[in-house]
Amino acid sequence: MHIIVCVKQIPDPEVPPAKFKIDPATKKVVPPPGVPPVISVFDERACELACRLKEKHNAKITVITMGPGKVSDVVKHALAMGGDDGVILQDQAFENSDSFGTAYILSQAIKKIGSYDLILCGRQAADWDTGQVGSILAEILGIPAITIAKDIQPEGDKLRVFRVMEDGYEVVETPIPCLVTVSNEVGLPRLPSGMGIIQAARKQIPVWTAQDIQVDPAKIGPAGAHTEVINLFIPVRETTCEIITADTAAEAAIKLAEKLREIKVI
Amino acid sequence: MSDYQGILVCGEISEGQLAPITQELLGIGRKLANDLSQELSILLMGKNIGNLAQDAIAFGADKAYVADNPLLETYNSDVFTAVAARLCQKISPAIVLLGQTDTGRDLAPRLVGRLQGGLAMDCIELAIDPSTKLLTQTRPAFGGNANATVVTKTARPQIATIRSKAMAPAQLDESHKGQVIPAEDLIDAGAVKVKVLERVKEKTEGIKLEDAEFVVSGGRGVGSAQNFEALKELANLLGGAVGATRAACEDGWIPMTQQVGQTGKIVSPNLYIAIGLSGAMQHIAGCSGSKCIVAINKDAGANIFKVASFGIVGDYKEALPALTQKIKELLGK
Repeated sequence: MHIIVCVKQIPDPEVPPAKFKIDPATKKVVPPPGVPPVISVFDERACELACRLKEKHNAKITVITMGPGKVSDVVKHALAMGGDDGVILQDQAFENSDSFGTAYILSQAIKKIGSYDLILCGRQAADWDTGQVGSILAEILGIPAITIAKDIQPEGDKLRVFRVMEDGYEVVETPIPCLVTVSNEVGLPRLPSGMGIIQAARKQIPVWTAQDIQVDPAKIGPAGAHTEVINLFIPVRETTCEIITADTAAEAAIKLAEKLREIKVI
Repeated sequence: MSDYQGILVCGEISEGQLAPITQELLGIGRKLANDLSQELSILLMGKNIGNLAQDAIAFGADKAYVADNPLLETYNSDVFTAVAARLCQKISPAIVLLGQTDTGRDLAPRLVGRLQGGLAMDCIELAIDPSTKLLTQTRPAFGGNANATVVTKTARPQIATIRSKAMAPAQLDESHKGQVIPAEDLIDAGAVKVKVLERVKEKTEGIKLEDAEFVVSGGRGVGSAQNFEALKELANLLGGAVGATRAACEDGWIPMTQQVGQTGKIVSPNLYIAIGLSGAMQHIAGCSGSKCIVAINKDAGANIFKVASFGIVGDYKEALPALTQKIKELLGK
C-alpha cells in the first residue's frame, strides 16, 4: 500500500491567546517571536494513522507539504515518525492560494508522484480551520473522500473507514484509491524515536516548484482563489471575571455557590 | 453572475422531523433571501419525508425540493453530493447554506469542489453586503483566536455552513405558501462508490452534552480519569453533563464524545463550570455561548478567566468538594 500524507506547517496553536497577534493590513497572523511553527495537529494524527497502517500492512508513506520558508522541519518530523519519502512544494507563485489553489497544487504533485492507494489529510488545518482541501483534492482526483476518520482497516481490496459522528461513529467501506481526512480521535501521535530522527535527518527531500509540477498559473495564488478574506480581527470579549477570594479555595467555593444561587443560575 | 439567483438550504432531518439546524438555516436563509429580494428554496433528502416539505414551507421556504428514496435514508457522501450538486446545476442558486454538522462538514466541501464555487465553513454570521450584494461570511479561524470575514467574488455558488445555535431559528408561519417539487430524478445510483456498513451510537451516561443546562468540564489540570469522578458527581447533582477538553479526551480520561470545542461539541448551557482547564481558544469556541461560565484554576493568568463571569484561583481539589457540598445544601438534596 502506498500512502500519501499531506501535512501543513502552521504557527503553534498552543501559544497563549494573550500572545496571539494579527496584522489587520495583510490579514495574517504575526507569529510570536521565538515560538517555532509546528505540524498542524490533525495532520500529525494523519501521520500517526499512516504509521499504524504501515506497521500492520507493510505500507510505504510519502509525506507532502506545501508552504513558504523552512517547511522541511514538518516533513522531517513526519519522516521521523515513520514516513519513507518527503516532498516539499515551494514556489512564490503558490503563496496566498486558497483551498482550491492548494488542492490543485497538491493534485498536480500527486500526479507527478504517480500511483497511490490512500491519501491522508488532517480534517482541517489548525490555523485557518477551513476544512476543505482534502475534499476538494478528492474531487479533483475523482476519488472517494471519507472525512473525519478515527481509524482505517484494510479489508481485502477495500478499506473500512471509521468516521467520527456527533453521537458515535460509522463504518464506511470504500474502494481504493481514496482520500481520508483524519480527526484527533485517532489518539495521540507517537513521538519520533532517536533512530527515526537520525534517519529522517539524512533523507534528501526534493523541493518541487510550479514548473516541476506543471501548474496552471491562473489556478493558483490570489489569481486562482475563489474566496477572499476581507477582514481578520480578534473578537472583543466584554466579560469581566469576578474573582471570588477567601482564605482557602474551599471557602471561596462556598461563596461561589451562594453567588450562583443569588443570581439564580442554580 | 446574475444567472445565479436565490438561496438554497440543504435541510437535515432527524428522527423523522426537520432537525433544529434546518430551522436555523431557514431562519438566516429567509433573511438573506429578503435582503436580496430572491427566493428561498430547500432541498430535503431522505426516506418517507414527503410530509416535511410543508413544514419547511411553514418555516419560510418558497420552494421545497424533495428527494424521497430509500437510497437517501442515511447520509452517504457520494449519493448526497450527487443530488445536491445536480440540483445546484439545475437551479443555479447564488447562495447555498448547510449546517456545520456531521452531514454539512462532509457535504459542503465536496459540493464546492464539484461546483467550483466558494465556501466558508462554520460561519457565525452571514450578511448581504448592501453595495456589492455579495454574501459576507464571518467565521472563527486560528482555533477561535480570530474571526475572518470571507467573500466569494465571482465563483458561484457562494456556499456556507453555519455553526449550530449561532443563528436564530425560523418561526413557524402556517400561512406561508410554497411549492413542493419532487427531486428524485436527481439521484444518481451510479455515483455510489462508498457504502455505509454500520452506524454505531456510543452510549453516554445521563443527559446529552449538547442538551444539558449544566456542564461541568475538565481539562488536563484535573489530573486523571479517576479525578473526573468528582466532576461527574457535581454534574449529576445539577442534572447536567460532564465535558472535557481535547487534551483530557486524548489522555483517555473521558470518552471522546464528551469533547467540548471547535472540533467537538458546541454547548450553550446556563452554567458552564470549567475545572483545571486553561481555556485554549479551540475549547472556548465550544462553550462561549454559555450563559454563565465559572472557572476554577490554579493559574490566575489562565485564559479561561477572560471569558468567565466568576472565578476561583486555587486548587480545584479543595474547591470542588466544597462547591458540590454547598450546592447540595442549597438545592436541598
